[in-house]
Amino acid sequence: MRGSIKLKDISEKEILLASGHRMCSGCGAAIVVKMVLLASDYPIVACSPTGCLEVTTCISDYTSWKIPWIHSAFENAAATIAGVETMHRVLVKKGKAREDIKFIVFAGDGGTYDIGFQSLSGAMERGHDILYICYDNEAYMNTGTQRSSASPLGADTSTSPAGDVIPGKTQHRKNMTRIMAEHNIPYAAQASPSHYNDLMKKIRKALEIKGPKFINILSPCNRGWRSNSNDAIELSKIAVDSCYWPLYEIENGKTTVNHIPKEKKPLRDFLKPQGRFSHLFKENNIHLIDQLQKKIDEDWNRLLQSC
Amino acid sequence: MKTISAVTGNEAIAEAMRQINPDFSAVYPITPQTDLMQKFSSFHADGYVSTEVVLVESEHSAMSACIGAACAGGRVVTATSGPGLALMWEMLFVASGMRLPIVMPVVNRALSAPLNIHGDHSDAMGARDSGWIQIWSENAQEAYDNMIQAFRIAEHMDIRLPAMVCYDGFIISHSISRVEFLSDETVQKFIGDFTPTNSLLDIEKVVSYGPLVLTDQYHEYKKVQNDVISSIGEIVLKVADEFEKVSGRKYSLFDSYRLDDAEIGIVILNSAAGTTKDVIDEARKKGIKAGLLKPRFFRPFFYNEIAEALSGLKVICVMDRSDSFGAFGPLYTEIASSMFHMKNKPVLINKIYGLGGRDYLPVHAEMVIDELSEIAETGIVNHYKEYIGLRE
Repeated sequence: MRGSIKLKDISEKEILLASGHRMCSGCGAAIVVKMVLLASDYPIVACSPTGCLEVTTCISDYTSWKIPWIHSAFENAAATIAGVETMHRVLVKKGKAREDIKFIVFAGDGGTYDIGFQSLSGAMERGHDILYICYDNEAYMNTGTQRSSASPLGADTSTSPAGDVIPGKTQHRKNMTRIMAEHNIPYAAQASPSHYNDLMKKIRKALEIKGPKFINILSPCNRGWRSNSNDAIELSKIAVDSCYWPLYEIENGKTTVNHIPKEKKPLRDFLKPQGRFSHLFKENNIHLIDQLQKKIDEDWNRLLQSC
Repeated sequence: MKTISAVTGNEAIAEAMRQINPDFSAVYPITPQTDLMQKFSSFHADGYVSTEVVLVESEHSAMSACIGAACAGGRVVTATSGPGLALMWEMLFVASGMRLPIVMPVVNRALSAPLNIHGDHSDAMGARDSGWIQIWSENAQEAYDNMIQAFRIAEHMDIRLPAMVCYDGFIISHSISRVEFLSDETVQKFIGDFTPTNSLLDIEKVVSYGPLVLTDQYHEYKKVQNDVISSIGEIVLKVADEFEKVSGRKYSLFDSYRLDDAEIGIVILNSAAGTTKDVIDEARKKGIKAGLLKPRFFRPFFYNEIAEALSGLKVICVMDRSDSFGAFGPLYTEIASSMFHMKNKPVLINKIYGLGGRDYLPVHAEMVIDELSEIAETGIVNHYKEYIGLRE
């Protein structure tokens, strides 16, 4: 690891995602990408699948990426970066590329949990030296807020709308961080932009580890979550403090919880400011909040026990 | 020094890949390609190649990894067949749209359903509009020779497009035949060093690959893609010329067989051309003026050159080892397009043969030649499109 994270040092570094991109104001993904790139002292080659981040940062003839970057399709960011990383090994051997380059994927939950799952699983199993970052905004935001397997129970999305008969998404979200850790990779973690120090430390740690790494970062989307455009950090903080989005890491199989809230906030505090959950507060749906709270508590206890 | 061996088509291509020693190869098994990549993996395991081999979890990831590797700036190879090529379909367009000179043997196989693993051209024909150069091969020797030439064509600075080298599943991939190999040095010298362009790994000159392009530019991008692939003829001939100097084997845009004075002709791709040539020899002995044209390239399709070569014929049968349901076969459609502007058009008929590995026998070629002779004499066509070799 190259030194500790000091705000003063970070503020002096160049932001490698140029402004002028077309992400929505207050977008969590933009914050996440900037934090990750600021955390690294290595040259980075990045890859994104098709999604919000991709279509807003590179519209011909402009690009916001001040680092080499590639997008090839939606379901294959892991396979694409695996090719880049492998060719890097060849060219380093031949003395045609510098050795210290690191490879990072920035992918949304659709390209990670769903359509990109196969290629991600394959790349993790093969042991490519890559850091895969999922900015998890819990739905397909690029195509209009359709449900993904990262959408939580009860979420009102455009393909799981809260109707008179069905109150939003009927399944719990997939636990992708655990699934990735079960690939026996050396490092899997969860982070949140509200806890930038923890997030950037994890990035730095991951970049020092050889092999496949996975970091799942909560990424509030004010369009899809129907929240205010200035509350991405506040919402992600409540997500952490309610244990909806616990901060933890699994290093060579050993789990560490990085943040135990002094006072565990009720899940309602996370749900209430978001329009996608407003129907849950109606009398006939209130049991869903209880169901969600029960699941969060179970998962949190399970996590604490796994340490 | 040349070596002559009795090998299968897959072994011949694996040998070409060993001699080429690419920087990167993605490997995923599918019949009838499997033993090609098995053989290459053995070369890799035994240290005969310095290639980095990635054992991917699907053909889609194979092509995705090839795209990443090619953008990183090196020589890239993979191989597939039938449904594997179909699974790659989306990524084929990405590879050509990004102008990545990936070379890929396609061991031609049928597509499901019903499931069939045997020789058929439906796979490559399905990929015909993907912007890839398609080079077709009659036998193992041609597949080997095309494989080596493919790198020179794909990597030419004026082209920079991916190329697939097609040869028939089982009929060529698994049959043993005589193949004359070039020496490793000759192959290496012929293909030369790889020159990267816009490498992702060049940290000094930062590039973004794969932008979103809206309605203001997409149309123009596609026009350029068409212009580039359409313009490769001269380079193909130059590469063939150089290849002849090192191998003694002559290649062109297509193969003409006894076509100069022919009155009836057959147009056919890949291995079935060999059988047909033998039958044409027999017909010639009987005084029937038959000839054959075998396109070497299906994409680009060299319309003018092929139409010119066929222009003296009275009747032509275009034979397709794949179908376009509710339409004529894909090769027939191209030949018809190439001749449409001609004043004196030959009569054109279409036969669908050999689907899913159904044998194409000399007797089938004889029947076609008999029918063509009759049409030449009477002018009466009974079937413009017909399946042949059907079981009674």
